[in-house]
Amino acid sequence: MLRLEPRVSHSSLAAWLSPLLAMLFTALTGALIFMALGKPAGTTLYLYFIDPLTTSSSLSEVAVKAGPLILIGIGLSIGFRAGVWNIGAEGQYILGALFGSSLAVYFHESTNPWILPAMLLLGILGGMVWAAIPALLKTRFNSNEILVSLMLVYVAELLLIHLVQGPWRNPQGWGFPGTRMFPDAALMPMLFRGYRFHLGSVIAFLVPILAWIILSRSRFGYSIRVFGSAPLAARYSGINPKKMIWISLLAGGGFAGLAGIIEATSTIGQLMPKISPGYGFTAIIVAFLGRLDPRGVLLAGMIIAVTYIGGENAHVSAGLPKAVTGLFQGIILFYLLAFDLLTHYRVRFISRTAGAS
Amino acid sequence: MDEVIPPQLLQLKGITKEFPGCLANDRIDLDIQEGEIHALLGENGAGKSTLVKIIYGVLRPDEGELWWKGKLTQIPRPANARQLGIGMVFQHFSLFEAMTTLQNVALALPTINLDDLREKLEQTAEAYGLVLHPEHYVHDLSMGERQRIEIVRCLLQNPKLFILDEPTSVLTPQETEILFHTLRKIASEGRAVLYISHKLEEVRSLCDRATILRGGKKVDACIPSEESAHSLAEKMIGQKIEMVEKKSSIEKSGMQLEVESLHADPKQPHGVKLSDLHFHVSSGEVLGIAGIAGNGQGELMGILTGETGSPASGAIRMLSKEVNTLNPIQRRMLGAVFLPEERLGHAAVAEMTLSENTFLTSADQMHFDKRGWINWPAVANFSNQIIDDFDVRTTGEEALASSLSGGNLQKFIVGREILQHPKLLIISQPTWGVDAGAAAEIHRKIQVYAESGAAVLLISQDLDEIFLLSHRIAVISQGTLSLAEAAHEMSVEQVGLLMGMRHDQKSGNAAA
Repeated sequence: MLRLEPRVSHSSLAAWLSPLLAMLFTALTGALIFMALGKPAGTTLYLYFIDPLTTSSSLSEVAVKAGPLILIGIGLSIGFRAGVWNIGAEGQYILGALFGSSLAVYFHESTNPWILPAMLLLGILGGMVWAAIPALLKTRFNSNEILVSLMLVYVAELLLIHLVQGPWRNPQGWGFPGTRMFPDAALMPMLFRGYRFHLGSVIAFLVPILAWIILSRSRFGYSIRVFGSAPLAARYSGINPKKMIWISLLAGGGFAGLAGIIEATSTIGQLMPKISPGYGFTAIIVAFLGRLDPRGVLLAGMIIAVTYIGGENAHVSAGLPKAVTGLFQGIILFYLLAFDLLTHYRVRFISRTAGAS
Repeated sequence: MDEVIPPQLLQLKGITKEFPGCLANDRIDLDIQEGEIHALLGENGAGKSTLVKIIYGVLRPDEGELWWKGKLTQIPRPANARQLGIGMVFQHFSLFEAMTTLQNVALALPTINLDDLREKLEQTAEAYGLVLHPEHYVHDLSMGERQRIEIVRCLLQNPKLFILDEPTSVLTPQETEILFHTLRKIASEGRAVLYISHKLEEVRSLCDRATILRGGKKVDACIPSEESAHSLAEKMIGQKIEMVEKKSSIEKSGMQLEVESLHADPKQPHGVKLSDLHFHVSSGEVLGIAGIAGNGQGELMGILTGETGSPASGAIRMLSKEVNTLNPIQRRMLGAVFLPEERLGHAAVAEMTLSENTFLTSADQMHFDKRGWINWPAVANFSNQIIDDFDVRTTGEEALASSLSGGNLQKFIVGREILQHPKLLIISQPTWGVDAGAAAEIHRKIQVYAESGAAVLLISQDLDEIFLLSHRIAVISQGTLSLAEAAHEMSVEQVGLLMGMRHDQKSGNAAA
């Protein structure tokens, strides 16, 4: 019989070793899968994990992909630390894109330089509005935020499809679903000619630093951590639980909304029925891979971004199915959870019938 | 031991059990004779529970032998223990609240006709002087009555050895007397009782022999009636204990806590409703609120700290200000501090460092919060001061709270509150599960602090603690409070009687 026994102590070294081991095992498992598919394991692994880091243009792509993952991951990690399980970042991302883009849709000939900052603020607001629904229901009726936020993802997706096929559809778009292309003033400035690395990516890399300072030095960050690890102690300390739930969800929604509008104003430049390759869900992996620590989330966002770019590489060069990307992300999460379990518990083999010794 | 030795019922030889990072039992020898009441004495963490679990087949020893009636035996499971004739009453009862006494007993026995069982139950209960009503639902019963169900259930299985783990921790002194009477009767029939406790007076009056454990080892054996409680305590903790002396005359001045006609509805499903509570505490005075667990202490504490919102009616005044609607932070800013019963998870966060735990309650009074930013170096300084002043054994202010022993963490938490120099200290069960050395130190600190002019409200189930520290004593029972009376005019028996009754209207006209 197998039994899990809690370990007496677990070091913080083990906590950080676990994501490293998870990635190593993911690579090994990947090699096995590639071989089973009849591909040379070494070359394919190289294509997948190393090649995206070798040229400046692919590095720029990694940074662009990492942006939304990091932003959403930061927001989620604040909530997860507080023990508030916002699973609906994908929906908040979409609502952020919708709110922000409304300006570009209604003022599609605008040249006002303030339109972009206004769109970013509206984007944040949109994400917050969507996250406020589970916050309200949880603080009022104690409903489960996991279910509410998750189900709102589907509502958000349908809302987006409705808008881009109906009221917001480009009148000159030959009936294809999608809005007009945004005016230049509503687009994120690209920073280097020939690369897609843009201002939004810079924001995404600055946010974790800011978040780390706030979480480790401010009373707000402290309250979030206390509330997440010991709700009774938080109450005793005088921390208002409803406020923590609200802030957790609004932070998650705000950052997801920001990621959404940055994505709409940079790589896409319009609204389409599909504006996210599942960033909102993948960011959950990013948050946990980064140990809910902003510095870790920054790193994890980059790593997961590599799997996206590597997946495309492997698709184009090695002829692997695109689903491999999702497969790899799943395997990483699987190993991460497994190693996390092993840092907290040890596995004992016990025979039920053997004697005392 | 030179006299005629009665037959050995159970003999343990060199029992050793190791848990990860902890040698819980280290080559322990123990023998129990038929017809004796044998005490297993030791502090929390001394290895008593582990040893008993090994005897009852819940745990298996790593090494050592177990002899039952002169035969080498193995007890892999509790079912084997019961077959041999070992019965056990655990500290935490395993009863279904929504079932009757009879149904609960029936569940534990092989299929049997309920009418026959009722008869047997009544006979057994009567034979041992235990009052039981087979048709009463468990949720209506007191802790003493619940324990009687467990005992009768055990007796119906006709055990030769009867193990009780800390049985009196939930009983009134009167209920304890009934229990002792029953246990003596059981022993007189030639059965043996293994009695686990850290209450020394009880062991002295009840037990024939005692085995003393400390740090997983058997350190001594003695005949309790030939010892004093003091000498037993010193054997138990392995060092000299200084007793604190209470000054009988105190200089009372301003009223620091006043509670009038306090009514509060429970915030949790099985909570206790507080009705019509009146009491007050002055500077320099310790008011002790005694009572058995679950009679409203938790609810009272929640209302006093402000954690569970405002009372339904009545007034709470702290330091001459009404605080009914104030939150814990606002109450602290007036000069009050609170210490809830649960150390880990309530008074402290296990996975945070000592410094981070310092900030938990001292953020505002000690001005560690600078416009939302935390002055961590100052917090660390204050934490180090607590560690020094309260003799906390730890690797430093960066140690995790969970890495400290119960006694050391409690010293730290008490220090954190007292060193904020409050005018009012509200403290619940300050030495619950704390080793005797640390407990004595905590008692001394609380006493010294009260003498320096602070008002102290002490809520405790530990009557020794209540009598040791309090100048006046009130008793909480079923959410009602008795009139506080001078401690030197009260006896343990009186307090015990008050523990078992409601105090409606009694204190109604007596508000100060």
